[in-house]
Amino acid sequence: MFDVIIIGGGVIGCTTARNLARYDLNVALLEKASDICEGQSKANTAIVHGGYDAKPHTLKAKYNVTGNGMFDKVCSELDVPLKWNTSLVAAFSESGIPKLEELKHQGEVNGVHGLSIIGRDEIIRREPNISRSVCAALLVTNGGIVCPYELTIANAENAAENGVRFYRNAPVTKVEKDGGQWRVQSGAGTFTSRAVINCAGLYSDVINNMVSENKFHIKPRRGEYYIIDKSYAGTFNASIFQLPTKMGKGILVTPTVDGTLLVGPTAEDIDDRDDTRTTSGGLAKALKFGSATWEHIPMRDVITTFAGIRAHCDRDDFVIGEAQDAPLFFNAGGVESPGLTSSPAIGEYLADSAAEKLGAKAKKNFNPIRKSIPKFREMTDRERAQAIASDQDYAKIVCRCETVTEAEIRASIRRPVGARTIDGIKRRTRTGMGRCQAGFCTPATIKILCEELGISPLEVTKFGGESKMLDRYLFDKGGGNHA
Amino acid sequence: MRNVDIIIIGGGPAGLAAAVSAYESGCRDILILEREEKLGGILKQCIHNGFGLKMFHEELTGPEYAKKYIDKVIAYGIPYECDTMVIGISDDKTVTAVNRVNGVQVFKAKAVVLAMGCRERPRGALAIPGYRCSGIYTAGTAQRLVNLEGIMPGKKVLILGSGDIGLIMARRMTFMGAQVLACVELMPYSSGLKRNIVQCLDDFGIPLLLNHTVVDIKGRERLEGAVVAEVDPETKKPIPGTEQCFDCDTLLLSVGLIPENELTKMAGVKLSESTKGAEVDESLETSADGIFSCGNVLHVHDLVDFVSKEAEKAGANAYRYVKGDMKKTGGGVEVKNGYGVSGTVPQFIHPESMDEPVNFMFRPKGVYKNAEICVEAGGQRIYSRKSRILSPGEMVNVQLSPEVFKQVPCIEDVTVKVEA
Repeated sequence: MFDVIIIGGGVIGCTTARNLARYDLNVALLEKASDICEGQSKANTAIVHGGYDAKPHTLKAKYNVTGNGMFDKVCSELDVPLKWNTSLVAAFSESGIPKLEELKHQGEVNGVHGLSIIGRDEIIRREPNISRSVCAALLVTNGGIVCPYELTIANAENAAENGVRFYRNAPVTKVEKDGGQWRVQSGAGTFTSRAVINCAGLYSDVINNMVSENKFHIKPRRGEYYIIDKSYAGTFNASIFQLPTKMGKGILVTPTVDGTLLVGPTAEDIDDRDDTRTTSGGLAKALKFGSATWEHIPMRDVITTFAGIRAHCDRDDFVIGEAQDAPLFFNAGGVESPGLTSSPAIGEYLADSAAEKLGAKAKKNFNPIRKSIPKFREMTDRERAQAIASDQDYAKIVCRCETVTEAEIRASIRRPVGARTIDGIKRRTRTGMGRCQAGFCTPATIKILCEELGISPLEVTKFGGESKMLDRYLFDKGGGNHA
Repeated sequence: MRNVDIIIIGGGPAGLAAAVSAYESGCRDILILEREEKLGGILKQCIHNGFGLKMFHEELTGPEYAKKYIDKVIAYGIPYECDTMVIGISDDKTVTAVNRVNGVQVFKAKAVVLAMGCRERPRGALAIPGYRCSGIYTAGTAQRLVNLEGIMPGKKVLILGSGDIGLIMARRMTFMGAQVLACVELMPYSSGLKRNIVQCLDDFGIPLLLNHTVVDIKGRERLEGAVVAEVDPETKKPIPGTEQCFDCDTLLLSVGLIPENELTKMAGVKLSESTKGAEVDESLETSADGIFSCGNVLHVHDLVDFVSKEAEKAGANAYRYVKGDMKKTGGGVEVKNGYGVSGTVPQFIHPESMDEPVNFMFRPKGVYKNAEICVEAGGQRIYSRKSRILSPGEMVNVQLSPEVFKQVPCIEDVTVKVEA
């Protein structure tokens, strides 16, 4: 029996897991997908929001502002790329200026510091490539960008190093009270625990509604994005928003910590919470609205497109904390944007609440430090020589677009909660995320994954389930060295 | 830091021919750096025949063609390092490379030949809507899996794009027991060689759907189908109501090749907008002194024979440069793309000092029947020839001797064009 079962391995679940690992508790995390970070946490704007956008006195406002203030410490402890690049909310007509004033006021009520409205000249000085039709902008100095996968994975790795058990391919089918404990049925077996924390993202309503009469409902909202080649790094410094609408913060243009640029997301309410398709209409819309900020989006240098689904809740706010009618069942429900920004605060709150209820003591030997896989592309030549001297696999560059070595790929598989799929390797190392989109490195990556896991290439999947990469051997498998 | 006369980056067809030619010109200090485990480049996986008709007047497979050059490299004792990735190059020709044996190595070269080849355009670059499932490969990746690893990616295949690799893979997948449903091409013509359309599609009854494209990808995990629609030939926009779904587990993309010029950019070399390769003069020297470029990294070729020919020139000229034997006068005259012409290489020539024939290569912008290929210099027509058919899939070569230019006084620019 576990003390706590966390349902969901996105950024909220993994952050909660890490914070629970600070206590003398026996913790398990169940993830339905083949890997952690397979839902909202992998497909979002990667922005650390300032906190001006959320309506005052909402949980979104509270956790956004608190979470934002925790990023320096978390990213420093977990060795996660973070950049305070500032955000701008740009108005492209005079009529938008009062709205900027409103946003500024709202931010101040929320407790955001350093908000100011800047004029056209100052905007253009900061952002020479912004559309010349810009009039004014809200400058948000505490806006940043982070690597959302590395943040999620780093939390998971650190949690695992401090004793949390991770079960992947473990979709939860039933949660019920059984005497004084919770019984959780999943694809990886039935577990029992004293407390359950629901971090199930797009399915957080389904899990909550299994145990609580205080029901809520997720209305999936899809957003589509373009990623522009890193040769455009530096085109924009800040994350540039347009004026928000009732559907969200609108289509933005932002750099990523990896040098690429994102244009998106659209906001479209859909019925199917797994419908991560991109659509011709959605992509056209992202392009059209994105062009208001960046007039000539270089379509020839789009490296890929993707869609993410937001777990928009019918309560229009996060649902955080212990369910009133289900003691020791905690929710992180309806966590959509600014969920990534809020994650350090939500994870800490949920872990502390559960630990307090369970009467847990702090663990003496908790180690908050996690080091990322040393990245060849970020090393000096001297560091590279040293890395190769200690591990020859650092001399073999597998992904040439992102300069990822075999050593990094092997490390991503060997680490706690390591990669088991091609996409898992991608998110942990950037293998295949560059401009050739895995054209060259796929055969080599498959081979390394097989060697590390002792599996056949025919068993390798892109992201679990039926997403198999290959079909059959052409020749008798006994004949020699394949793939 | 190690000094080398000529460093050749890439051991594919271009790098090999450049090395052999530099050696045969007299250079005895050459180093080939190759990122893969063996020499030969993409030819290693091109096990079909049809290579070498121009260079050797025989029909060879890719590996046989490569072997002709590899054998010479070995016979001449030209040093090469495989499994070696160049990670840095500067305009002063300092080259940094890594491999397992020697770790990080820094070379100082007198001349560099860039021969890194090209890569395929991926699905992402086309922004094809739909799911991001498995089962979608570029044709070249599938070719590698099938021909080098011996593994089939799938059973029922649709091919998007009619580039040569896609056409070759249509036949290859059929031979290996897969069902190839169709080859879908956005343009009103194929971008592949005519002979490949006949031998790889027509001979197997695989339909070529011109003016069509893939508008949706079905399958949440593995690919389950691709929706194909006809496009308006003018706007390239899908025509509503023409959609048909092909049930397939594999989609192969053959939608264009892009010269891999990351290192070229790092060296500060000026690139051409139209070829996506370096701008070069008739000696194949780039805007950086002593840095030469050839093969598919310079511009995407249709036949490997032309790659070899071009690379021989780059290798020989690199050695002339090393010897201080390059005589170029004047700033160079621009070679312009006239009507119907795109991406002419070289982009500059030195008519006064040229002492060997110059070879203009370009791709026609469209399909032209009974057209005339012309070169004009100083307002005069200095060359023309009739062609029964020109198409973007087949490269045009025009070789002109230095004497042709010397007859024209005061050349300010040269224009290559099609008269249709």
